[in-house]
Formats: sequence, C-alpha cells, structure tokens
Amino acid sequence: MTGYVSRGFHGKREADRDNARVPPGQYLVEDFPVLSAGPTPHTPLDEWTFSIVGAGPEPITWTWEAFRALPSEDIRVDIHCVTKWTKLDTNWNGISIDTLLDGIEHHASHVLAFSDGDYTTNLPLEDVSDGKAWVAFDYDGEPLAPEHGGPARLLVPHLYFWKSAKWVRGLQLLDHDEAGFWESYGYHMYGDPWREQRYAGD
Amino acid sequence: MARAAVRGRLSWALGDVVELIDETRRVRSIVLDVPDWPGHRAGQHVDVRLTAEDGYQAQRSYSIASAPDDARLAITVESLPDGEVSSYLVGELRVGDKLELRGPIGGYFVWDPDRTEPLFLVAGGSGVVPLMSMIRERHAIGATVPTKLLFSSRARDDVIYRDELEQLASAGDGFEVIHTLTRMQPDGWTGYARRVDTQMLSEVAWPASEMPASFVCGPTPFVEAVASALVSLGHPAPAIKTERFGPTGG
Repeated sequence: MTGYVSRGFHGKREADRDNARVPPGQYLVEDFPVLSAGPTPHTPLDEWTFSIVGAGPEPITWTWEAFRALPSEDIRVDIHCVTKWTKLDTNWNGISIDTLLDGIEHHASHVLAFSDGDYTTNLPLEDVSDGKAWVAFDYDGEPLAPEHGGPARLLVPHLYFWKSAKWVRGLQLLDHDEAGFWESYGYHMYGDPWREQRYAGD
Repeated sequence: MARAAVRGRLSWALGDVVELIDETRRVRSIVLDVPDWPGHRAGQHVDVRLTAEDGYQAQRSYSIASAPDDARLAITVESLPDGEVSSYLVGELRVGDKLELRGPIGGYFVWDPDRTEPLFLVAGGSGVVPLMSMIRERHAIGATVPTKLLFSSRARDDVIYRDELEQLASAGDGFEVIHTLTRMQPDGWTGYARRVDTQMLSEVAWPASEMPASFVCGPTPFVEAVASALVSLGHPAPAIKTERFGPTGG
C-alpha cells in the first residue's frame, strides 16, 4: 500500500506489535470503544427472544431461559473495528451459530442478523458456520454491558466488528445476499479486515 | 436510500492544506483544497492517512466541519494525549503541506436540508464538529428550521467555534446556542454549569410533541446519558441519531 509521504510524520510504533495480528490500517487499543447509531436499547430479559426466521412458516424461537440452557463455549479472539481500532485477546462466552442451526433444514446461502433498534447486517452462511460465529452474552466473565450490545450480540471476529451485531435478536435465513444497515450506507458487503474491505468497492 | 450512499470505490485523494485555524489550545481546523472532491452531506466524515518515510502508515476518521456548499473542505481535530495522528495534525502540519484522505463516509448521521422538523443538536466537546457542518449548511442555504445547539464544554476557552456560533446565533434566523460549562465558569456566568442531564434537556430540548430530529455527538458516556435521557423524555429512539468517540483515538 503506497501513499503520499507526510512531511515530519514518524508515527508511534508499537515496538512489540505483532503485525500478523493487526490488519492493514488498524491500530491497537487497550480499552473497548463504543459505536452505535442511536440510543442503547434495554429489552428486559423476560421479553427477550432469539429467533431463526425463514426455515419454515414459523420462526424457531428461544426465550432467554431456553437460550441460556443451550451449550455455550469460551471464546478468545481479536476484534477489528472499521473505525480503525483492533483489540487483541478479547474473552467472551456464547453459543455457536452451529448449535442454533443444528437440525434446521434450509437452503440458505446468506443470513441477515436483526437487532433491537432496527439494526441489521448481512453475512454469507459459511461465515457464520463451522465455529466462526457466536451469539455472545458474557464479556470478560461478566454479563455483556448494554452499550457493548448486551444482553447478547453476534460475534463474528474474522470480519469487521459492525458485522457482530449488537442487541441481536435473531437471524433471517436468505437464499440471496441483502444489504444490512451500514451496508446500505456505503460500507462493504463482506468486510474482511485483512483485505481492508471497509467501504463499497474496497 | 441515502443520496450519497454508494458511489463505487472511495479512492485516496490528496488535499492541499490552505489554512489552519486554532480553535482552542488543543483543537485545530484544517482547511483543504481537494481536487475532484465529490461533495458530502452534513454530518459525514473522512478517513485521513499519514505515511512515514519508511512506508509506515496510520489512518483515523475525522468529521467534516465545513458545509457541503463551502468551496473548501474543513476538518476539525482535537489533539489527544499520545494521539499518533491527531498530534501530528494539530502540532506538525503546516499550510502548504498535503494531506491524504478519502470520503465522504457514513450516510446515517446526516442532516437532510429538505427536512422541516426542528433540529436539536447536542455536542460534548469536539463532538460539535459534524453538528457544525449542519449548522453551517443550514445558514448557507437560508434554511429557517428552528434549531438549538446544546453545547457542553469544560470552560469558556474550550468552546470550539465560539465566535462563529455567537455570530450565527445573532442572525435572527431561528438558531440558538445554549452552553454549559462543566469545569470552570467565567465571572458572572449565568448559564448552565454542570453536565447535561435530564432536567437540563427537559428545559432546553424541543418537546417530543414537536417531533424534533435530534443529533447527539460526543464521548461515549456523554452520548449514552443524553440519548437515554431524551428517550425518557418521550423522544422516539429512531428520531435520535448518535455518534460517539471513545476515550481511545489517535
């Protein structure tokens, strides 16, 4: 990646920075920045459900209690936000999407994740399959804070973090790709940080 | 969908730095001539990329401060402690230098000048920048939608765009600025002197019944507090658009 040399710019290089773990154009943070487009929703747990839509005439729905009774796993991953920050070794607990889709018959090629606050984001099915994506509800051993997407958010760490939809309430199974919220505003349909797919056309 | 939504690939452009304006001790506006700039909507941002001699690069996003109709593009940058890019932009960059950028980016946190609902803008510190683009556009096109800016700063000397805001507010075209100074107030200050809270918003914001469009920008705790308070005052969540910056930046 070439660029115009900025007179007098030297940069603050992290001496121990592991470039194999920091995608192009990203910088490391220690804290956990927050980005969202509107007020933080607060859905009470006794009204919360998670649904798989599109596999049949009726959605498959879990209550919070039933959802939390599913087997979950610890996840330790690096996360990359399109606004340029990368955070290494984040610790989560959540339910694999494989577990949620297990036994469901469908012909989907893509999913559209949907959230409280009308947020959506699109993903190819293969990117949420085979241990690559979760619905996470714990962060660092604590229930996920509302501003970070609690009670539950999608976690798809190999794509830019806007794909890890906060306040997620379900997945719609689709036989085609369909732009979600940020994707409709010029962000990339896929969002691979290693190929720096930030915006449409990247 | 949004007008400026998808334009094909956003390529890097090289802008000429034609003017630098020190807004406060730590905040500077950078005015650029960008050949073939595609235009923007008030509230959008750009990515800035710096490259060192050896090819090392750093990128950050900055809100656009200028109105879409302005001849030149302006961003306003706050120098953050240890900020890799912001300290360069505020401390090192000079008129005559060039700056690499691409954009405009983002189509949600934008004001559409065709809208007629009252505008309620709430800024914490340098969160005023994208709102200033809206205020400048409103003035430039002669729009008269009733507009209030509630602006939280630490002290009078930290108020970004202070003189320009005063001038715009005296134009008599329905624009009003309400300051709150949270740390230090000048002698004789009669305005608010605390963080924005529900009480203040109930006194300042357009009532929910007037169906205002609200834009809130600032540090995360500020935006969380303001957006939640507006919801509690009856403003529907979709009418409140937010943009946050975390303690981390650069």
